[in-house]
Amino acid sequence: MTVEQIVSEGKDQFPIGMRVLAVDDDPTCLLLLGTLLRRCQYHVTTTSQAKTALKMLRENKNKFDLVISDVHMPDMDGFKLLEHVGLEMDLPVIMLSANGDTKLVMKGITHGACDYLLKPVRIEELQNIWQHVVRRKKKDRCNSGSKDKPHPDSGEAAGIGNVDNNGKLNKKRKDQNEDEDDERDENGHDNEDPSAQKKPRVVWSVELHRKFVAAVNQLGIDKAVPKKILELMNVEKLTRENVASHLQKFRLYLKRISCVANQQANMAAALGTADSAYLRMGSLNGLGNFHTLAGSDQLHNAAFRSFPPSGVLGRLNTPAGLGIRGLPSPGTIQLGHVQNSGNPTNDLSKLQSFVPGNHNTNILQGMPMSLELDRLQHNKNVGHIGELPTTDSMTVFPGSGNLVDARITGFSNNQLLGVTSNSLMLEGSSQQATSHTSVSAIGFQNGNALSDFTSIAPASNQLQDSKAGSQGQASPINCNAGQIIRSAPQEWNAPRKDAPYQSHASINSSIPINGAMIQLGQCLDRNNSIFHRTTDLDSVGPLNFVDPLSIKHSEGDNSIMEPSVIEKEGYLMFQPRPHGSHVPDNIGSLEDLASAMMKQADATVIL
Amino acid sequence: MERNPMRRQLAIMRQSLFDQGHVDEQFVQLEELQDDANPNFVEEVVTLYYRDSARIILNIEQALERKPFDFRKLDAYMHQFKGSSSSIGAKKVKAESTLFREYCKSGNGEGCMRSFQQLKKEYATLRKKLGTYFQLARQAGPVETASRPK
Repeated sequence: MTVEQIVSEGKDQFPIGMRVLAVDDDPTCLLLLGTLLRRCQYHVTTTSQAKTALKMLRENKNKFDLVISDVHMPDMDGFKLLEHVGLEMDLPVIMLSANGDTKLVMKGITHGACDYLLKPVRIEELQNIWQHVVRRKKKDRCNSGSKDKPHPDSGEAAGIGNVDNNGKLNKKRKDQNEDEDDERDENGHDNEDPSAQKKPRVVWSVELHRKFVAAVNQLGIDKAVPKKILELMNVEKLTRENVASHLQKFRLYLKRISCVANQQANMAAALGTADSAYLRMGSLNGLGNFHTLAGSDQLHNAAFRSFPPSGVLGRLNTPAGLGIRGLPSPGTIQLGHVQNSGNPTNDLSKLQSFVPGNHNTNILQGMPMSLELDRLQHNKNVGHIGELPTTDSMTVFPGSGNLVDARITGFSNNQLLGVTSNSLMLEGSSQQATSHTSVSAIGFQNGNALSDFTSIAPASNQLQDSKAGSQGQASPINCNAGQIIRSAPQEWNAPRKDAPYQSHASINSSIPINGAMIQLGQCLDRNNSIFHRTTDLDSVGPLNFVDPLSIKHSEGDNSIMEPSVIEKEGYLMFQPRPHGSHVPDNIGSLEDLASAMMKQADATVIL
Repeated sequence: MERNPMRRQLAIMRQSLFDQGHVDEQFVQLEELQDDANPNFVEEVVTLYYRDSARIILNIEQALERKPFDFRKLDAYMHQFKGSSSSIGAKKVKAESTLFREYCKSGNGEGCMRSFQQLKKEYATLRKKLGTYFQLARQAGPVETASRPK
């Protein structure tokens, strides 16, 4: 018999010979499950480690037809595995658990499981699981016909958003608006999304990520659920599972960011590639960046583009010119310029206006992404931060007037800040919309950025003025970031008191993003020692990033505002995420941060 | 033949396991998976269960020594234990696990301790009974094959 014959015979006998991968940390259950499956005449591979399972799946996507996994596993949560598999391999996954709580079952389904079985599992139940394979194959075929998601809201929202951008802290609108902008810019991107033909493998391009972040920001990091994000994003052929998985990564990313506080990383990410992006970001120097950013779609896009899953940062970069890049440039003020300047007024609304108008604000937008990342808990999303609206202006905070102060709090050079700030900003804007003076440039790290941020954060003129102004400004971002970050959003508001740092502080604290916060501080302060406090970063303690930030920014006199801010506020930005490892505390330079971040991102990506 | 009395005894023993509520329907599932290719499947699974669950029991014991109780952790351990126990059809042990988890959820430390003691008792009793049962089963030999010289 030739191989083909055997193979074809196997296929014809489906479901006999269906290849199943069974994952369960409990050896008793695994043995039982494996035996049961074999009794059903499936071809079974068992493993007790989720990581091993993923590895096997990644090695050869076509090796398995179906995955059955336990929910509670020590090395990786079953739902997480579920999302990964769904996102990367698009295989049907069945969840298995001794716990049949409705909530859990619901969670399984929303995460994309095609079935949820209770232990002890019976052979009768296993005899029919092949149906899921067939069903999925069928769905994939149908999917190729393009998923047209009617997004009636998007269009309207976009329109409204535009109008609202100025002054209307309509987060949603803002996001929509941002999205619209993004869409315009990245129409191509959407098209680039791999058509969901059969195994739709979604590539999270910068644009896509930007939209994602915008959507998340709009919803608020706490309330961002895949379904809504999906609706907001309005991208064809994007499944809820894609979004869910991405969201998870994003959250992790945010978390990592805050830990890492690699502004540079963020910036780099924004710049485009997770790796090189960081470096690139540096080059952007606030000023220069801004210019480029402002209005340069490419920049944004480029930034994002290169940002692979962690591209968030990349996005930020673009607008980031804001600060993330290499802030060393005195460009901070540039931000102001970039911004559209007009906004520099303190109102958050200003920021908002930034957003729509100022491309600068985009940076902020990107930020929320980072916040999101935090949620995702993937550091890899560092890039997300970048995603912040690179769109040219500091629109960092889409709409959420919070930016009011546009304190670019973190914008000090640290790109990270940009990134984080973005997230922060975004968050801040949307969430905070209030007191935060506009997320001042959350990430806009460049010390200059501060100034830049300020511009971003409509918050205040401060931004406009050059760095000094940014001091106060920074807060907005922080605030926002905080919100986004989910972390003590309130904190953000609080920081305001200190003005420059306040925002930082708030952002920092709020921003769960590990790195994000720090960066902000850094960024903001670059040149203007607005954040004098930065020095305190160290004291911040949990925030590892603080240190690096401070170090980095020390380029200028910008003390890493963040650190100090953080301390004061107590927020210390990023929720003390013990991700110390992410950010080398002593990153002396942004580059270090960037690389650190990148590593983190890489690590995260690797999973 | 000599095996008949043994087989009969085995059957009686098996029935009492069910009647006394030590094992449930799941145990039958295990038995059904036993075949020529897997002649000692049930014993293998049960052995694996006792080996692996001993670790969890120990974890729980240690956790119960630390005051105040970390109910969340205790519940997590017990959840795991319950999953395994139900896989082999250990009915009484499973019931006691459920009770323990209820106590955890309501933060009843006393209840947890009591329940755990009871659980350990049932766990040990089952082990003994199954041990005897398997031993007899081996002696009785597989039904189809020829008797092996003892």
